[in-house]
Amino acid sequence: VNWEPIWPWLLGEQHEALRIAGVPTLLAEHLLYVVGPVLAAIAIALPAGLWIGHINKGGTLAINVSNAGRAIPSLGLILIAYLAFGLSAIPVFLTLIAMAIPPILTNTYVGVREVDPEVRDAAAGMGLSGWEILRRVEIPMAMPVIMAGIRTSAVQVVATATLAAFVGLGGLGRPIFTGLATSVQFNPDARTVVVVAVALVAVFAIAVEQLLGLAERLVVPRGLADRRDRRPPPTEADVGPTQQTPKQSAVTA
Amino acid sequence: VTVAVLAQLSRPFPDWAWFDDRNVDELIDLLVEHVVLTALALLFGLLIALPLAVAAVRWRRLYSPLLNFTGVLFTIPSAALFVLLLAVLPQGEPFGLGMGTSLIGLTIYTLLILFRNTVAGLESVPRDVTEAATAMGYTRGRQLLQVEFPLALPVIVAGVRIAAVTTIGLVTVTAFIGQGGLGRLFISGFRTQYPMEVAVGLVVSIVLAVAVDLALVWSEHRLTPWSQSREARA
Repeated sequence: VNWEPIWPWLLGEQHEALRIAGVPTLLAEHLLYVVGPVLAAIAIALPAGLWIGHINKGGTLAINVSNAGRAIPSLGLILIAYLAFGLSAIPVFLTLIAMAIPPILTNTYVGVREVDPEVRDAAAGMGLSGWEILRRVEIPMAMPVIMAGIRTSAVQVVATATLAAFVGLGGLGRPIFTGLATSVQFNPDARTVVVVAVALVAVFAIAVEQLLGLAERLVVPRGLADRRDRRPPPTEADVGPTQQTPKQSAVTA
Repeated sequence: VTVAVLAQLSRPFPDWAWFDDRNVDELIDLLVEHVVLTALALLFGLLIALPLAVAAVRWRRLYSPLLNFTGVLFTIPSAALFVLLLAVLPQGEPFGLGMGTSLIGLTIYTLLILFRNTVAGLESVPRDVTEAATAMGYTRGRQLLQVEFPLALPVIVAGVRIAAVTTIGLVTVTAFIGQGGLGRLFISGFRTQYPMEVAVGLVVSIVLAVAVDLALVWSEHRLTPWSQSREARA
């Protein structure tokens, strides 16, 4: 394995043989492709999910959206958006946003719906208005499930953004597709670049997941977090790294 | 780009002329390839995940490491994993651009969902049922096969449904490493700037995902007749 062209590339120079931008640039691009769409998806899906959860209408829609999202192959959606809407990066970004919405929407709805009705009644009995119930009871109690949805969504966007390099966007998918195009199987230079790039994008995805896990601890109210710890280990799998917990899958599938 | 845009303008969308005999024949071949890849990946996934789940239920301390490991594998972006497998596996059949490389990757992605749901399913079996089976003299193996698995089946099938739908989407990505089923239409449609071809691949793979999901629901109902009678009574 020839590591010599790898070091300058990792530190920011263009890769000489394969003409790929330096790794810091690719990392920054990938971060942009993930943070932008996920924030946009939160801005759309969070209010929508809270609202339909609060008024308890349109739940079937909220749940079916995430099933549909799973059935649509993201590669096909990117390519058709790119071909049909003007061969530019904008439709690809819109696709990334569209793919990020379903898990957040579904989990926000499910999180609000799963709030114990007695708690909601108690809040109403204490004289809280509908808006106050949403803000002070439902949102805090739904937070763990909402955050799990954001986490699923972000990890998914990391993967979809990697695919976007196929239509010419940058990011960490770039070296992977360039390596593939320069016969990764037989070209040692390409192979080294691919192995390094895959390691980077895998670490990137895992880091995004872990960081959002930390963020979840910060935004979940102390009282809820404590209660979780004291609870005996759940028999139904807890809300894990992806939103496809068996419990929910039984509901959503 | 100008040439590409002109090429697009000359083709109407939707372009029903795409469905000529040759393309329809190819579509059927690709659909078959897609189903075969999905089915084999699920089969291998179950062969690995079921024993792991049984072990994790019996030895609790195995659960977290196995969940984390399959979780990390699941997190790796699919395009990256598939190209990596192509780069590092030995060349030549069945690897290289053959089916083996794709199947290894697809199987890896089924593990988390199948493992987690199977464990949850086995743990959802009520204690008094397993205790009754033990008291009736069931051996551990027979109890697992004849009592615990049937009762865990709805949760396991829920996992298989999610894994199947996810795998059908992932199969399209293996078009980059020589397989792909309907995903090949994505690549060829992209290369020839022909949106209709991509759209056909997209629609047929969504229809396939929905059809497989419904088929699994149906087979679950056939396999667990007791659950309906309970639903009917409730």
